Amino acid sequence: MSSLLSTPLFGVVLTFLVYRCSEMLYRRTRFILFNPVALSIVTIIFLLKSLQIPYQEYSRGGDMILFLLGPAVVALALPLYQRRQELFKRKRPILFGILAGAVTSIVTAAGTAWLLGGSRDVVLSMVPKSATTPIAIGIVEQIGGIVPLTAALVVLTGCLGAICGPEFCRMIGIRSKVAMGLAVGTAAHGIGTARVLEEDRFAGAVAGLAIGLNGLATSFIAPFLTLMFF
Amino acid sequence: MLQGLVFLLVFQFLGEVLSDFLGLPLPGNVLGMALLLLALTLGVVKEESLREAADLLLSYMALFFVPAGVGVMLYFDLISQQWMPIVVGTVFSTFAVIAVTGWTEKWLDQAESDDE
Repeated sequence: MSSLLSTPLFGVVLTFLVYRCSEMLYRRTRFILFNPVALSIVTIIFLLKSLQIPYQEYSRGGDMILFLLGPAVVALALPLYQRRQELFKRKRPILFGILAGAVTSIVTAAGTAWLLGGSRDVVLSMVPKSATTPIAIGIVEQIGGIVPLTAALVVLTGCLGAICGPEFCRMIGIRSKVAMGLAVGTAAHGIGTARVLEEDRFAGAVAGLAIGLNGLATSFIAPFLTLMFF
Repeated sequence: MLQGLVFLLVFQFLGEVLSDFLGLPLPGNVLGMALLLLALTLGVVKEESLREAADLLLSYMALFFVPAGVGVMLYFDLISQQWMPIVVGTVFSTFAVIAVTGWTEKWLDQAESDDE
């Protein structure tokens, strides 16, 4: 049994199985809290903790699945290319939307944590939470927060955006595919994008664009804003 | 299928190289996406050669995030020490960003179409 756990197969099979079941449950119930990504994460963490399997055993296979995320992000170029004319026509709303989102993210995340008595380390770690993981880690190393905490916050933000993003958009009157993709992609990076992609391919591509541009905007704005306030 | 996958991986690699070389704050896969978009626009890469591989990977993108999320289990202690400011800040900020970004795009879009 223990030798089986140490092959990558364990993490790969566990991830596939749990994801497949979560997806089926979500399709049957359409209950938003059963978002397949969030449910899979919670289920796998619960299984590993209760069976006392160390994370390192899981990540041998988990890392192989994670590797595929790279080419998947590159693949977002295709839907962007297919709708390039429509996007180019709306370049100003798109760029200013992302810029407004990037500033909002930094100010509200750090500001709320500070108001509620978070320590300086924690407040700084909150700053890049809406940026995609590699960018967020780069930023937090620069401004001085807790790197693992930021990595965890990025995932939490992504799951939250994936669970509620599209529904919240409809609730507050954001109905166009471009606006919805942009909003969820800016707020919840890749995990949000994956959810939007399931709703609509074009909206997903816009969300993918937002990952890159919001990451860029956040990495330029965050150091200035944190210098001003801290 | 294989050809498309090779293209995607090559562009990711080019993105990593560029990110490293120029010291840009953007990760390699995001730069790879930009480079591939450029290559498609210039006609260096044909849309058809990518379609199958891109469609497959995009339809499973959510699954690829699961292992990253499981990594959060390593930091439960860190989060629980100051869970209030962390959780409330994250939740409030996520909704605020969605609203501000979406509304800004919507308003500017409407303003521009009114001008036409």
